[in-house]
Amino acid sequence: MAEIRVDHLRKAFGEFVAVQDSSFTVEDGEFLALLGPSGCGKTTTLRMIAGLELPTGGAIHLGGEDVTYKRASERDIAFVFQLFALYPHMNVRKNIGFPLLSQGVPKAEIKRRVEETAKLLQIDHILDKSVSGLAGGDRQRVALGRAIVRRPKCFLMDEPLGTLDAEFRDVMVRELRELHNRIHATTVYVTHDQIEAMAMADKIAVMNHGIIEQFATPREIYNRPASMYVADFIGSPPMNFLRFTAGLPKGARIARIDGADVQMPELRADVAEGELALGVRPEHIRFSDASPLRGAIYGAEYLGTNQIVTVETAGGLVRARLPAERSYRIGDRVGLAFVADRLSLFDCRSGRAVPSVLHEGVLARDTRHREMRDLEAHHG
Amino acid sequence: MSTTKAAPAVTAHSVVEPSLRTKRIAGALVILYALITLVPLVWIFLTSIKSPPDSISYPPKILFTPSLEGYCNLFTTRTRQTPDYIAALPPPSGVCDAVTRERNMVIAGPSNFLPRFANSLIIAFGSTFLAVSLGTLAAYGFSRFKVPLADDLLFFILSTRMMPPIAVAIPIYLMYRQLGLSDTALGMMLLYTAVNVSLAVWLLKGFIDEIPREYEEAAMIDGYTRLQAFFKVVLPQATTGIAATAIFCLIFAWNEYAFASLLTSGSAQTAPPFIPTIIGEGGQDWPAVAAGTTIFLVPILVFTILLRKQLLRGITFGAVRK
Repeated sequence: MAEIRVDHLRKAFGEFVAVQDSSFTVEDGEFLALLGPSGCGKTTTLRMIAGLELPTGGAIHLGGEDVTYKRASERDIAFVFQLFALYPHMNVRKNIGFPLLSQGVPKAEIKRRVEETAKLLQIDHILDKSVSGLAGGDRQRVALGRAIVRRPKCFLMDEPLGTLDAEFRDVMVRELRELHNRIHATTVYVTHDQIEAMAMADKIAVMNHGIIEQFATPREIYNRPASMYVADFIGSPPMNFLRFTAGLPKGARIARIDGADVQMPELRADVAEGELALGVRPEHIRFSDASPLRGAIYGAEYLGTNQIVTVETAGGLVRARLPAERSYRIGDRVGLAFVADRLSLFDCRSGRAVPSVLHEGVLARDTRHREMRDLEAHHG
Repeated sequence: MSTTKAAPAVTAHSVVEPSLRTKRIAGALVILYALITLVPLVWIFLTSIKSPPDSISYPPKILFTPSLEGYCNLFTTRTRQTPDYIAALPPPSGVCDAVTRERNMVIAGPSNFLPRFANSLIIAFGSTFLAVSLGTLAAYGFSRFKVPLADDLLFFILSTRMMPPIAVAIPIYLMYRQLGLSDTALGMMLLYTAVNVSLAVWLLKGFIDEIPREYEEAAMIDGYTRLQAFFKVVLPQATTGIAATAIFCLIFAWNEYAFASLLTSGSAQTAPPFIPTIIGEGGQDWPAVAAGTTIFLVPILVFTILLRKQLLRGITFGAVRK
């Protein structure tokens, strides 16, 4: 197993830039999820790591070795495709053994390792079946088997659960994570499903329009989103944005929205006059009659363990995750109170989070990246 | 009540499934058509087992005594002798000997049919192999790589089929004479390959386009080169398309008459231009011509029957997914 280091990776298809300037490191044994909507460049990034696409610029290091322009076959990686790409003219055993055959592993050794892998994935009973008759989950396991049988430097997976039905996907999410816990393989996993990414990954890179918006642990991404895009993309329902226009000095702890003062984490930078948005997770909202920020109940979705109540405010619709016990009547006026130290402030022009006590760590990383880029641009 | 009664009527008029009556009529029409197309073949076969007088009798004989004379005449050359000479010969050593003597002739030696037939086999199968091999590689290239001006090239390749090949017969005749390719098996193979390769590229590109790229990508990640991936993964999956293409190429090369009669006369002559010449040897020998034609049909029949499953899947490709 090895660490993957991606430096200023760029890929353009003619005029279209799929990946702008990505830099990140996947530590040895780490599980990284590349998360984003379709067309955000996540699959292109993965294919460049695999060697199926050559980058327009930048470098890729696998276990310290520069593999940027090496052939896929020389990188010693494994790739799980969205549609599995099991060779239809071979049975399960031959499919799993195929990568070993190319390495010239002796037949007896191939047999042993294929059976060992099949046992690990609990597919040893279907080894001699044709792959065309297999159910989705078994196909998935065979594809995984083909990936792990050769003990590669890393695993790359391109939405491997995308074609499975929802119920089975949950099972596979657990299986994949358990497998990762057992073999500690460096993994890069591409998905557009935030739940998969949150449930499995050690780190998540949220991508949009070819840019990594944030690279951090799932907790950090959820609690301290670096941009409005990330805040909106992660979480279901997503983060609420209360928009207001103001200029705030460094050290400010109060935002004035719709005539009501709202407490928020202390700002660590001046914010010029302009449109701002206060980001509030639905679970950080409660109803308080004392609160000056008012709204009218617009609707409620009962979810069993809790409920999502939508409130119409002057700043737009706000969705709150509340205990399921009380029921609310549409049209009732309520006051909204927030958990003050969990709020994020965003600058609507740049879409970035404003540095605050909560967001300190996140922005430090971001500015460092930017400074490095500026520095290099200067030297270049 | 009335609504429940109406339900079966609705299913009977299903849009997807034709009614039994429609199926029967369609079936009958297909059988009728098959019979009509079979008539000439049956006629050829029957003629091949008639005696020469029976073959030209009018009205045509439906019932006759079968004779192997056609086949004997096809494979032999004969010389005319006096009845006295024939009577003095030792008893006939086989069926053909006996049949020939009845016509006051003796067998002088083997005819050219077998060597010509062998030429046909070599040239047709050889050119099919070449056309399909080149076509597969070219189609793979067009399908998988960014070939500059790919569309124009494909159109150019197809344009070689836009005129009847015989239109270029004279330039090819002159060129072949200069290059020493006239009347050689190699020359004929190259010619048929050139004609067939455009068909092969177009047909196979369609088939290879249907094979997901992920298979090769998976193989390349599994440690194989692109060429190995092509042979180990793409080729096995393209067999249906290759078989269908091979049959089309073979049928063309096997049946081709015009170029064969123009460019071959001796050692490289194929069966199609040879078979009509049989008629000149000893009167109007229709049974021998029919025998030659019957035998000529056998290889293509066998080849097609062997590959019929692939062919059926092949010619409906795109419409029916595996």
